Amino acid sequence: MRNPYLPYPVRIKRIEVATEDKSLRTFELEFLNQEDAKRFNYLPGQFAELSIPGYGEIPIGIASSPTEGDTLLFTVFRIGVVTTKLHNMQEGDIMGVRGPLGHPYPLKEIEGKNIVIIAGGYAVTTLRATMVWLLHPENRPKYGKITFIYGARTPGLLLYPDQWREWQKRDDVDCYITVDREFPGWDGLVGFVPTITEKVAPSPENSVAIICGPPIMIKFTQPVLDKLGWKGEQIIMSLENRMKCGIGICGRCNVGPYYVCKDGPVFTKAQLDKLPKEY
Amino acid sequence: MVKVLKKDQIESFLSKLKENYELYGPKKKGFEVEWAKLDGSLLFDFKNSSLSPKSFFFPQTECMMHFKNDPNDPEGMIMKPEPELDSKRILFNIRPCDAKAFSLLDKVFMKDEASLDVYWKDKRDKTILIGLGCNNPSPTCFCLSVGCGPFSEEGLDVLAVDLGDRVLFKGITERGKEIISSLDDAEESDIKNAEELKKNAESKITRKVELDNILSKEILEVYEIPLWDRIHETCLNCGACTFYCPTCHCFDIQDEVQGDYGRRVRNWDTCMSWLFTQHASGHNPRGTKKDRVRQRFMHKFKYIPFRLNGEIGCVGCGRCIVRCPVNIDVRDVVNQMNQQLK
Repeated sequence: MRNPYLPYPVRIKRIEVATEDKSLRTFELEFLNQEDAKRFNYLPGQFAELSIPGYGEIPIGIASSPTEGDTLLFTVFRIGVVTTKLHNMQEGDIMGVRGPLGHPYPLKEIEGKNIVIIAGGYAVTTLRATMVWLLHPENRPKYGKITFIYGARTPGLLLYPDQWREWQKRDDVDCYITVDREFPGWDGLVGFVPTITEKVAPSPENSVAIICGPPIMIKFTQPVLDKLGWKGEQIIMSLENRMKCGIGICGRCNVGPYYVCKDGPVFTKAQLDKLPKEY
Repeated sequence: MVKVLKKDQIESFLSKLKENYELYGPKKKGFEVEWAKLDGSLLFDFKNSSLSPKSFFFPQTECMMHFKNDPNDPEGMIMKPEPELDSKRILFNIRPCDAKAFSLLDKVFMKDEASLDVYWKDKRDKTILIGLGCNNPSPTCFCLSVGCGPFSEEGLDVLAVDLGDRVLFKGITERGKEIISSLDDAEESDIKNAEELKKNAESKITRKVELDNILSKEILEVYEIPLWDRIHETCLNCGACTFYCPTCHCFDIQDEVQGDYGRRVRNWDTCMSWLFTQHASGHNPRGTKKDRVRQRFMHKFKYIPFRLNGEIGCVGCGRCIVRCPVNIDVRDVVNQMNQQLK
């Protein structure tokens, strides 16, 4: 009987400052025990509790794709006790990971469809995982057109630039990267994510949209999609709430009768429309 | 299997069990009734324990794991599991409502393999529950309205009935039957007597709670009734109801460090607390008192039934009614919820 609260010990293999304001860092974690890596069977959209003994745990979306090997990537914003400690840790330090937790994006169920990914700010993490997974040679043929729309306030706040520059070069992805306003040296798109989405005008036909971003982006993207004829069942979202146990017991992350940790974090817009807006 | 034991033989019965089990039961302490290790006698003259016995399975503070707080030690900063419970226990004279509550919580703490709370399971597996039927329910009891009752057997291993000079024991589970197997068989008259006491007890519970509309309506309909704008006004968000409640099970997890010893503990938490749902960003999905009061009633009377096929997340013990410092009566709240959904 495995104790679901007991973290797997991991070592911080690599730390990368992820944004120019240094508020986000990306951590690559490697398992101390190979059998733990095998047991940590995950898919894009799932999250894990990062555990720092003496400080606590923090639920973070997994930014790596299982197609990338046995190490895990997490991009973490420095904001509370645990994340501040994490930002002060060094490569080689020991910590813990508990998971994978929650449901992944329904990648199997949406095979054969066009995929539209809309991301804002640092909510892009699990969508990076999704993109890497979708673009893997074994998976890419199973899906139709892939559209990736991603925006941040400034060019320096865009995560994973090496990755999306690669995607921009590919002819099997429509990649739109945008920043809120003009910046010296930025020759890409300028405009908020909803505005860009309106210009791209992704067709809802045989399509699924996966949207992650700040509430304000979601609020203004929704009417754009509505106008294009998207239905709630086609729009997949990922929620965040304060969590502790991560396995649907401790009682705080519920949205109506559903626990974001256990039953989510992935929900369709149609599901959320029937639930209290407690997120 | 129905057995009987004269009250003057209880002491020898208990002392025999003590060889293999730790025995606990309710004990009077001033005006309160608390759970304590048994010293040879059983308390029969009581309504219910002040606090529910949930801390036998879900302690108010519980160490979950520990670690050596030394990054230079090869084994340092790695969480190690705690040892399991090293004894078997019997809880005597637990009220049927509390036993029902734990049977409900089994479905929360042991939902499936990925959500199997090893701490809860370990203690549940090693603890036998011998219930005591309520011959004299309290005026605040409403167990009959929520799928329970003064002689409910759900979650019990044995149900005992106080017959005055003797106690009837009805074996329910295999391990319960084993405990009472050495006792004398009950007489026909004892069994009849117990039946009478049950009927009599049930007739004493007159306050009813209506739930049909709450259970049948959509979640958002129940969530949006005007009652919520009013009912929270007197609430202090003190959380007493949640600590006394046998089905409230929310918890927090915190790390503690002293020198080179560190541990991760869980503590009872309460949905009445603003911090309970506060995000690190400052956003709070249940930021107002209204949100939090509504959450407690929605959880017990809508969300849990929604998830558990109609089973209600309250056993009608009435502790929250007794303990609420501003006299919020869950029976009134539920009846008004139901009324407003007509």
